[in-house]
Amino acid sequence: MAFISVEGLCKDFRVAQRREGLRGAFTNLVHRRHQVVSALKEVSFEIQNGELVGYIGPNGAGKSTTIKILAGILVPSSGTCTVGNLVPWKSRVQHVARIGVVFGQRTQLWWDLPVIESFELLKSIYRIEAKQFKRNVEMYTELLDLSSFINTPVRQLSLGQRMRCDFVAALLHSPEILFLDEPTIGLDAVSKLSIREFIKTLNDQQRVTVLLTTHDLDDIEALCNRVIVINHGRVLLDSSLQELRRSYGNQRHVIVDLHAKASILPEHQAHVVSDESTRITFEVHEDVPNFISEITRNYDVHDLLVTPPPIEEVIASLYESLEDGS
Amino acid sequence: MAVSQTLPIYWVVFATRFKTLLQYRAAAVAGVTTQIFWGSVKLMIFGAFYANAVTAPPMSFQEVVVYVWLGQVLLALLPWNIDGDFNEMFRSGSVAYELLRPLDLYVFWYARILAFRTAPTLLRMVPGLIFAMLILPLLGLEEWQLHPPETFIAGFLFFCSMLVTLLLSCTLTIFITGIMFWTIESRGALSLTTGFVAILSGMVIPLPLFPEWLQPFLNWQPFRGLCDVPYRIYSGNIPPDMAIAEIGLQIGWVLMLLVLSYTMFRIARTKLVVQGG
Repeated sequence: MAFISVEGLCKDFRVAQRREGLRGAFTNLVHRRHQVVSALKEVSFEIQNGELVGYIGPNGAGKSTTIKILAGILVPSSGTCTVGNLVPWKSRVQHVARIGVVFGQRTQLWWDLPVIESFELLKSIYRIEAKQFKRNVEMYTELLDLSSFINTPVRQLSLGQRMRCDFVAALLHSPEILFLDEPTIGLDAVSKLSIREFIKTLNDQQRVTVLLTTHDLDDIEALCNRVIVINHGRVLLDSSLQELRRSYGNQRHVIVDLHAKASILPEHQAHVVSDESTRITFEVHEDVPNFISEITRNYDVHDLLVTPPPIEEVIASLYESLEDGS
Repeated sequence: MAVSQTLPIYWVVFATRFKTLLQYRAAAVAGVTTQIFWGSVKLMIFGAFYANAVTAPPMSFQEVVVYVWLGQVLLALLPWNIDGDFNEMFRSGSVAYELLRPLDLYVFWYARILAFRTAPTLLRMVPGLIFAMLILPLLGLEEWQLHPPETFIAGFLFFCSMLVTLLLSCTLTIFITGIMFWTIESRGALSLTTGFVAILSGMVIPLPLFPEWLQPFLNWQPFRGLCDVPYRIYSGNIPPDMAIAEIGLQIGWVLMLLVLSYTMFRIARTKLVVQGG
């Protein structure tokens, strides 16, 4: 059986609906309307030991809900899942002792305590042996370069520093599995790179199985061999990164800054995504180099940038194509 | 996992929170001042009532003095508030991290609540006691002075009863905290319970001074174990031979509330919704 196996996972939330206006507010006191929101609808996938999988999708797609169920925090409405032969929400205490979780938007460190004291507390809570604790703290402090602020209270750290500490906190008990929920959100380029490098090292050298959610396509490209795409609570695609790129990744956005506002030639009109005064964004599907040389020949170009399309667009087009297919 | 193995972890949780809470000295000073003020005002009012009593009240004035001062000095022990950390946790959704610890959530939080109830109480108790026992006679107010229990056995039984009171208070606190799984906000539940706690524990008016026809009800409700039982054991109003039964009743309520609040946590687990992403 697979290391992580998820089968037909569903999660419904009941959301109270408020009526508008003063009259509505009074009506709400007596009678509340509820709407059932299905965050997950029959999600299934399997992950083998040692894999590094990207779990992507737009806001509200159901990524965090999946992670929280796999981490044993939430109980699903129906469906099953096992992580290393345990059902997370049934054997929560045993389960969480072997996983590490990092939520990019939150911290698990104690706000008022110096970083090292938070680590010491985790040492007691996870009953980490002194030798193992010392080895892990030394290794990760070195890898993520924490030594200059390890005695600083958490509230005084920058986001990048705090994030690195949060990673160490999640790894002190040498977990076999790491769930990362948007670990690079809000970080600057340097911090992102060091976090990515770190995740890669963990997966390569310590054989830690990683499931990673992100909005950053660069994270995925740098790290994952395999991606699972989810939207509206359904798995849309589960394939290797090459495959995803082959089907949807030829597309590029070419952002052109002009010296002065110019009218766009009719033959390029079809590609325009946005036209803001001197900045024009084109969408190009094939032969990007040729397109660029054409642009530089025909316009007075000041600057030019080629980017992959935002992940929302990739998924949107993926979603459309899958809907058309069915 | 055996309890004996995990116990040290909960001790660490308790000790950490306890140490943090001992830092709130300014709050303690403000608390002590208010408590001394309220204690004095209440004694003035009761003094006036007792001076003009037509029939003999069911408690002596000296017993009322004990009741009032212990109530003021041990005020922080009552389940009238909850740790601000929990409010923040429920509001921001970081309650998710609490569930990532390989600990039983109920016991984990109980250890923190135990610290939250004891640390502020210990901080405030000493200056309040010094005032009520030593400074009042110096001010010429001997009739308001708090004396030690008359017999050693009364003192010992008072101590035992206070230990149960601590558990009763913590269990009620974790119960109120658990309500937040449904409401997220704690203010509503708190303002409801604070009223109940203040009146039914005897905090506002000693329970024996309530009308006769209310006594059967007052004697059987759980909040009584927070103030009325230990304070009257201290003053001798409840004699030692009856104290044992009273402490037994206290323990009964603690057990019942433990089962109730633990069940509540179990149900909450399956219904949990984590706020924000």
